[in-house]
Amino acid sequence: MQHEQPTGPLSTKLDLRRLIMRLVAVVVAMFFFGFALVPLYDLFCDVTGLNGKTNSTAFIPATELVDTSRNVTVQFVATNNEGMPWEFRPEIFKLSVHPGEEIETTFFARNPQRMTMVAQAIPSVSPGRAAAYFHKTECFCFNQQVLEAGGTVDMPLRFIVDRDLPASVNTITLSYTLFDVTADQSEQVLSAASVSMASSVNTATL
Amino acid sequence: MGDHGPAKGFGRWLYTTNHKDIGTMYLWFSFAMFLMGGVFALVIRAELFQPGLQLVEPEFFNQMTTMHGLVMVFGAVMPAFVGLANWLIPMMIGAPDMALPRMNNWSFWILPFAFAMLTSTLFMEGGGPNFGWTFYAPLSTTYAPPSVTYFIFAVHIMGASSIMGSINIIATILNMRAPGMTLMKMPLFVWTWLITAYLLIAVMPVLAGCVTMMLMDIHFGTSFFSAAGGGDPILFQHVFWFFGHPEVYIMILPAFGIVSAIIPTFARKPLFGYASMVYATASIAFLSFIVWAHHMFTVGMPIAGELFFMYATMLIAVPTGVKVFNWVTTMFRGSMTFETPMLFAIAFVILFSIGGFSGLMLAIAPADFQYHDTYFVVAHFHYVLVPGAIFSIMAAVYYWLPKWCGNMYDERLGKAHFWLSFIGLNVTFFPMHFVGLAGMPRRIPDYALQFADFNQIASMGAFLFGFSQVFFLFIVIKTIRGGAQATDEVWDNPEGLEWTIASPAPYHTFTTPPAIK
Repeated sequence: MQHEQPTGPLSTKLDLRRLIMRLVAVVVAMFFFGFALVPLYDLFCDVTGLNGKTNSTAFIPATELVDTSRNVTVQFVATNNEGMPWEFRPEIFKLSVHPGEEIETTFFARNPQRMTMVAQAIPSVSPGRAAAYFHKTECFCFNQQVLEAGGTVDMPLRFIVDRDLPASVNTITLSYTLFDVTADQSEQVLSAASVSMASSVNTATL
Repeated sequence: MGDHGPAKGFGRWLYTTNHKDIGTMYLWFSFAMFLMGGVFALVIRAELFQPGLQLVEPEFFNQMTTMHGLVMVFGAVMPAFVGLANWLIPMMIGAPDMALPRMNNWSFWILPFAFAMLTSTLFMEGGGPNFGWTFYAPLSTTYAPPSVTYFIFAVHIMGASSIMGSINIIATILNMRAPGMTLMKMPLFVWTWLITAYLLIAVMPVLAGCVTMMLMDIHFGTSFFSAAGGGDPILFQHVFWFFGHPEVYIMILPAFGIVSAIIPTFARKPLFGYASMVYATASIAFLSFIVWAHHMFTVGMPIAGELFFMYATMLIAVPTGVKVFNWVTTMFRGSMTFETPMLFAIAFVILFSIGGFSGLMLAIAPADFQYHDTYFVVAHFHYVLVPGAIFSIMAAVYYWLPKWCGNMYDERLGKAHFWLSFIGLNVTFFPMHFVGLAGMPRRIPDYALQFADFNQIASMGAFLFGFSQVFFLFIVIKTIRGGAQATDEVWDNPEGLEWTIASPAPYHTFTTPPAIK
């Protein structure tokens, strides 16, 4: 009797090779399941509106009916992520809007550094269950923002509060966190951006 | 080739496919890691002996907390259980060896390389991992030291080792049982390991995926966990704890099996409620997959999520309670004696229950906001891991060592080791409950003055516990080198096939399958 031989008189009904194939398949499947958690997580947040995630592309309104009988307060919060030196604030901190009405406001940003920088704003809506009813038709957060040294910009935001917003929600807070993504850009993107803005910034200072 | 002995020299260990040799290597390796992780812990406790910064820089302190956790979880506890599985499962089910002996060799021998890589980071510029053993992004991505890539590959290798070990264990248990050894006749250690192995193959790949995402975020410009690029740092915590929560059961289920073997022997009664033990283990394993977010109550989950994870977590107390009830009932009116393995097993039941109760306190979502990231959490998981996993491993070593090496350990020394460990561990970890409830945060090298007394007590206990383990090393070596000859049964009428073979266990056992009654 060879002790290295796994199959033989000791083996029960299960075929060893088939069992191992199955186990390896489980391992491979679970590895990809780990990655599948990423879209599943986003999907879960989208469906439930958890996490305060808002739409990341422009919303096209289906109707222009405005519910003038109701007022909803929308508050704006602007935060810089750690290490982000830009000046960043909403032009107006609080608005009273009617559901269905398209509202435009702006956020102000200034780059105080001596170099061109790229920023990305990430939105979040509170309470989370209001996120699905807060539609942005235009937002500076859809794109990255490039500012040359000392440059300023008024960034537009247009949104509609859905007429189906639950009656229990009277105040919606829209918060933006501004991230410095300059390091993630290639030098070409930065210099192209600088040139397109007719900037005199020397790319060597990047 | 039925009864040749082991080869000579280092080649024996390098090329061996013998389950006993590999089990021995796993156990020695895990003991070495246990001492190394212990040294890291003592650096932490020495720094926390008094308030203020005296011994180490905060940056190095962070590396110590991280490495202590990683080495103890992946280097000490998990390999020790795999070592016990290698030694015991074939002998318990009447098999001549593991089902895949060559892979067995491989899954052990990649481990030393993984840990060499991991510890080498401590000597690199920028230092080793400093982001906690849970390596939350962006601490472990955007703000990580450059050595994080070594950490990632070390985790990959440890994961590969665990996965191969688990496949081997499942294949052995399902295919190699002696005729007549039905599933419901298997010893509970085999049952708990079968379930643990399934947990491992389900979650270790998720961990591998998680660190792979980190690797891609760091080096290949993806943004899985970076909010600036559209990813989400909270996602990291979900992916990590989807692995992490089953992982804590991976570290405790085999312990349940060990204790279920030891208590009946020294109570001289059969285990109470064998079938309910099997079902309870399976229920705990299932529940472990749906409770992960109780580690994240404070991230801003909606109330429905908090409630779901709170109730699901509390549900785990039910099968765990069944187990504790069964162990106590097994001892009830038994003819008990208190040899060293039994002392460790009883301490396991009592102290693990204390850890379970503090776990229930943490499971209460609204209360967790007070306890989160304090020393109360540290006290909780050390109460389940030290007198849980570690005590069960020590109990197993005392219980089966005479079978492995043929000599009885010195009972007086064993008991002394038990009491030193028992006192040391309680002095170390019990005061942490108090400072935690009073608000001392974990993973911080300094603390407010009012925590000084309890921290001094804890540090003294830690050094007592730590040096007791050097004593343990002495006892084990002394037993291997000599001592009273153990009988084949070793104990008074113990149950299990491993006691039917000679002591020390011959190099090859059950080359012809035993008859199962």
